[in-house]
Amino acid sequence: MAEEVKLMKGNEAIAHAAIRCGCDGYFGYPITPQSEVMETLMAQKPWETTGMVVLQAESETSSINMVYGGAACGKKVMTSSSSPGVSLMQEGVSYIACAELPCLIVNVMRGGPGLGTIQPSQGDYFQTTKGGGHGDYRLITLSPSTVQEMADFVGLGFDLAFKYQTPSVLLADGVIGQMMEKIVLPDFKPRRTDEEVRKECPWGTMGKNGRKDRNVVTSLALESEVMQETNNRLQAKYKAIEENEVRFEEHNCEDAEYVFVAFGSVARICESAMEILRAEGHKVGVLRPITLWPFPTKEIQRLTKQVKGFMDVELNCGQMVEDVRLAVNGQVPVGFYGRQGGIIPTAEEIAEAFKAQMVK
Amino acid sequence: MTPEEIIKPENLVYGRTKVLTDNIMHYCPGCSHGVIHKLIAEVIEEMGIQDTTVGVSPVGCSVFAYNYLDIDWQEAAHGRACAVATAIKRLNPETNVFTYQGDGDMAAIGTAETIHACNRGENIVIFFVNNAIYGMTGGQMAPTTLIGMKTVTCPYGRNTDLNGFPLVISDILAKLDGTCYVTRQSVHTNAATIKAKKAIRKAFENAQAKKGTSVVEFVSACNTGWKKTPIEANAWMEEHMFPKYPLGDIKDTVKGSQLSDEEKNAKY
Repeated sequence: MAEEVKLMKGNEAIAHAAIRCGCDGYFGYPITPQSEVMETLMAQKPWETTGMVVLQAESETSSINMVYGGAACGKKVMTSSSSPGVSLMQEGVSYIACAELPCLIVNVMRGGPGLGTIQPSQGDYFQTTKGGGHGDYRLITLSPSTVQEMADFVGLGFDLAFKYQTPSVLLADGVIGQMMEKIVLPDFKPRRTDEEVRKECPWGTMGKNGRKDRNVVTSLALESEVMQETNNRLQAKYKAIEENEVRFEEHNCEDAEYVFVAFGSVARICESAMEILRAEGHKVGVLRPITLWPFPTKEIQRLTKQVKGFMDVELNCGQMVEDVRLAVNGQVPVGFYGRQGGIIPTAEEIAEAFKAQMVK
Repeated sequence: MTPEEIIKPENLVYGRTKVLTDNIMHYCPGCSHGVIHKLIAEVIEEMGIQDTTVGVSPVGCSVFAYNYLDIDWQEAAHGRACAVATAIKRLNPETNVFTYQGDGDMAAIGTAETIHACNRGENIVIFFVNNAIYGMTGGQMAPTTLIGMKTVTCPYGRNTDLNGFPLVISDILAKLDGTCYVTRQSVHTNAATIKAKKAIRKAFENAQAKKGTSVVEFVSACNTGWKKTPIEANAWMEEHMFPKYPLGDIKDTVKGSQLSDEEKNAKY
């Protein structure tokens, strides 16, 4: 069968990928610049085909708690929102992480803080990779840089979430959400039957159904020792994720003297900046973290032995650059160039910023 | 009849439902929660739905409800039970889903989730225990605290200028098109308990028949929070709570029954 190539927005790709990967339920609340996710789902009416539930909630608070309810059944459930809406979800995200439930949370970032702007941003790196809600937890964070990856990371996000029983976040900047590109949609995968769900998630709460013991999903542990045990179990899981799930992409890093570190749409502009700089004789490469957590710390440490410096570029005031600096640990200079308010830097601006900061 | 004869299995007239676990309840002596738990457990057993029922417990005194009923449970964040229950029911239409919520969970921090689940007419049951005080956190003011009633956050009595008015949430929910059955019960006498149990059963049956959201409010005593003996608390409840929260059915219909078919199927 010939590949089915479509032209669509990143947000639309997420909706189609969700239906195709056997998602059981989507719960969301409209917010720019990600509203096309729910709009596409509602137009597709998957409840008539795959049986997927799609529900517009009264708030993001409600959406994420619907996700909690569905995930605690063992179902494959997701939500999507943009920055201010994701802030509103943080209580629920912390509960889901503590209760060790799998789910997918899509954040198509816009500029903040506050109501901010509806224009693209990468300002939620801290919120997503460092916690966001209360308590000690981490979120698997996938950062797409193409519309194709928007679709591909829906399935991957769910796979990782179920593998580790923890929430995955698809953290896209508004550029990728709104941009149209050619894409090959993933193949259809049927939704699991309830029997399959019970087998895969024996802890799920869909009713005892003949089970001897009742299942209880909770994030409450009033006894100190039990809570500490919960914390230890979570940390062990996070360590395993850090060891096994780091993903990144490199361009021209083999002979690089300088390496751009950038994620999402900006990584693509950095590739163009790299070409400009290479043409001028600067040996520049690009490292694009695909998982923002777990962060490719070891790869940056490996490159630190080879390069004269790193240049971090982000659509914010400097967030991921802190993780780059932690990895580099002062051994080589780390420059930073950021734009805010939805302003997307050109490749030329990035190249100029690189030369001004790194080439003395 | 001798005691030996009384305890013979064939003479048994009342037994402890198997849906209740053997865990010792943490509730204060005199608290209504234990009785309400038992009634819900009995109805679940009598309806034969133990294997298909999922409960959603709240934050508050009844956060540990999941320790006492032998069914699947989810423990929701404070106020979010109705959102959680919505998803369970939508994703598993054959299950019987109920929330068990106190006045703070249901009518303060969770007002939006409660109203919108009811407004969507989710086929779930909401059990609402209204004792006009926050028991677990030490007796603070609830949205349902009576005017003039003393709590540790209104130590001179609830003052309407300072604290506003008691929220009669069930009356509000009864006005929504999505609710089918809204009733106010109590469990302070045997007669009241029998009526309350019938209401619980009716609520579950409504959800099974997809009639809409059922809300069963239990006007309840918190003798510890009210700083009274259990007997004093029940008398105080009759004297002060019932005038503001009168017992009986507030609504008994099918969701959307106020609308004509034409109105329900309108397209613009």
